[in-house]
Amino acid sequence: MVEPLLRLEGVTRRFGATVALDALDLDIAPGEFVALLGGSGSGKSTLLRIVAGFEAADAGRVLLQGRDIGALPPHARPVSMMFQSYALFPHLSVFDNVAYGLRRDGVARPEIARRVAEALAMVGLTGLEGRRPAQLSGGQRQRVALVRSLVKRPPLLLLDEPLGALDAGLRERTGFELRALQRATGAGFVMVTHDQGEALALADRVAVLDRGRLAQVGPPRQLYDRPATRYVAEFLGAANILEGGLRPDGAVDCAAGCTLRLATPAGCEAGAPVALALRPERIRIVAAPPAENGITARLRDLAFRGDGWMAVVALPGGGDWRVALPADAAPPAPGAAVALAWDAESLVVLAA
Amino acid sequence: MMRRAAILLPPLLWLLLLVAAPVAILAGIALSEAAPGVPPFIPPISPEGGWQGTFANLLTLVQDDTYAAAFLRSLVVAFVTAVLCLVLAYPMALGIAAAREGWRVPLLALVLLPVWTGFLPRLGAWIGLLRDGGWVNGVLLALGFTEGPVPLLYTDAALYLGMVHAYLPFAVLPLAATLLRRDLSVEEAAADLGASPWVVFRTVTLPLSLPGAAAAFLLVFIPAAGEFVIPELLGPPEALLVGRALWAEFFQNRDWPLAAALAVALLALLILPIRLFQRMEEDGGSRRGASPPSRGSGRSPEGPKP
Repeated sequence: MVEPLLRLEGVTRRFGATVALDALDLDIAPGEFVALLGGSGSGKSTLLRIVAGFEAADAGRVLLQGRDIGALPPHARPVSMMFQSYALFPHLSVFDNVAYGLRRDGVARPEIARRVAEALAMVGLTGLEGRRPAQLSGGQRQRVALVRSLVKRPPLLLLDEPLGALDAGLRERTGFELRALQRATGAGFVMVTHDQGEALALADRVAVLDRGRLAQVGPPRQLYDRPATRYVAEFLGAANILEGGLRPDGAVDCAAGCTLRLATPAGCEAGAPVALALRPERIRIVAAPPAENGITARLRDLAFRGDGWMAVVALPGGGDWRVALPADAAPPAPGAAVALAWDAESLVVLAA
Repeated sequence: MMRRAAILLPPLLWLLLLVAAPVAILAGIALSEAAPGVPPFIPPISPEGGWQGTFANLLTLVQDDTYAAAFLRSLVVAFVTAVLCLVLAYPMALGIAAAREGWRVPLLALVLLPVWTGFLPRLGAWIGLLRDGGWVNGVLLALGFTEGPVPLLYTDAALYLGMVHAYLPFAVLPLAATLLRRDLSVEEAAADLGASPWVVFRTVTLPLSLPGAAAAFLLVFIPAAGEFVIPELLGPPEALLVGRALWAEFFQNRDWPLAAALAVALLALLILPIRLFQRMEEDGGSRRGASPPSRGSGRSPEGPKP
C-alpha cells in the first residue's frame, strides 16, 4: 500500500467537558478527495484546524507524508487551507493575495508573476489582478481564495465549507470546477461540509463524523446504499428507519405493521431488536401489498420536488415514512390508502 | 422628512451653538482692533460705521518670528508626543485585544484610570518626583549615582513625560477598538500561507490597523498642539508654545484680538491634518468602492462592507 498522504492516529481534542474529537483515526491517500461530513458540533472543523496547526490535539498524532507535524506552527506546515470566510487580505489586490504565499517562500519575482497568472487563468480571473477583494463578487472571491491556497502547490489542501457562502446555482457549477481543479493539481483535498449532497457529489470518500467519532468512512455510493449506523442513514439522504424484532426464521416483525424479509441475515440473535434503513426512492406503489416487504399506508402529505414527488405516508403501526414518487405518474390524493412494496436488497441493517 | 429633521436637529444645533458660533466670534475678534475697555476691542463691524476691522493681528503672526517659532515648536511637540503615544499605545492595544474576554474591560479601565484622578494633581505629582529636591533626585543622590541634583524638571524630557502621560489613553482607545474588531481568520490565512508571526504582523495586522492608528495620532496631535498647562508646569521656560503665547496675550497683555488671531491660526493649521486623514479615508473607500466594469462572471461587484 502506498504511504498515506495524511494519517491521523487517535486524534483527541476536548473543550472543557465536551469531547470535540474522540480518538479519531483516518488515512488519506495522495491525490484523494475526502469529505468530512457532519452536523454542527460534530468536530469536523476542529479536525481541519488541528491539521492546519491552529489548534493542538490533546492526544494523538498527525502525520503528513510519514512525518509527525503535530509540533510545527501553522506557517511551517506544508498544508494549505481555504477558509470558510475566504479570509482574503482586504488591503491587497487579487494579484498580491495570490502571490502572498509565494513571496513568503522567497520565490523569484518573474516566477511569482508567471505562477499567479497561471493560477488566475485556471479559474477564469485573468484581468482582475488589480482589484481589491471588496470589488469582487462572492463567486470571484471564492475562486481567489481557492487559487491563493493552491498556488504554492501544497500536497494537501484543507477546505472549510468551500461552497457554503455561494448561492445554489453557483454552488453546483463551482463544485464541478473544484473537482476539476483537484484532478488537475493532483493535491489531496480534505473538505469539511455539512451538506450531504456536496459531500456525495464531490468526494472520492466521505467520512461521516458524529460527536467526535467517525461513524462511517467510504465511497459516496457505499455510504448511501449501505449506511452502517442510524446517524449515517439519517444524515445522508432521508432514510426511513424501520424498527422491529428478529424472528427465528430470519424475518423481522416491523413495528410499522409489516413483515420484513432480509436479503442477508441480520447477524444477531432471534428476539433481538433490529433497526433497518429504507430509502424513500426504493419504495414503490403497487396494486396490492405483498405479504412480506409490503404495507398499506395512508397518504398524509405530498410535496412536489421538480424531479418527482415526496410523499409522507402514515403507517398502521404508527409513525411516518417518506416515499419518493416519480414525476410522470399521477400521485394519489392525500388521504387515500396506498399499497407499498420494496425489495429485500433495499433493507439495510443498521448497527445498534 | 419630519423625522429626519428631528434626528438631525440636535447635532446641528450643537454644531451651530458650540462650534460654528464661537469660531465666528473668535474670527471677528481676530479682525478687530485692540482698545482699552470692556471688552478690550472695537468690533470689526458696527451698525453706524460699517467695516472698521483690521488684518494687523493676523499679519503680526506672519511678520513676528516669535509666533512663527511658537507655531513650529507646538507642531513639533504635538508630533513627537503623538508618535511616542502611538509607539507606546500599540503594544498596549494589542495586549488588550489579545486578552481574554473578561479581562478586556478591566484593562481598558486601567488605561483610563489616570484620567479620573484629575489633571493638575497628576502634574503636581510629576513636579514632586522630578524637582531638584524630589524623589528621583533623592534616590539618585542616596545611591551615589550623582554628586548634585540632576536637572529633570523644566526640561524637554519632563515636558514629553507629562504630555505622553496625559494623552496616552486617547491613543490606546481607538487602537484597541480597531484591533478588537479585526478578523483573526485573515491572520490565520497569512500564517497558513507561510508567514511567521512577525511577518503576519508586518504584512497584515499593522497595515489593516492603520485607520485606527491615524485616528489615535489625530486624537493626540490636535489637543497636544494647543496644550499649554503641561509645557508651562513641566517644560523648559524659554521655549514659547502657541498655547502659552495665547494665554499670555489673553490674560497678561489683555490683547484679545492677537490672542484670537493665534487661536484662529492654530485652528486653520489643525484642519490640515484632519483633511489629510479624510482624504486618506476617502481614497481607500473609493479604491474599494468604485470599480471598472467587471469581467469574468459578469456579476455586479459588491460595494465595500460596512
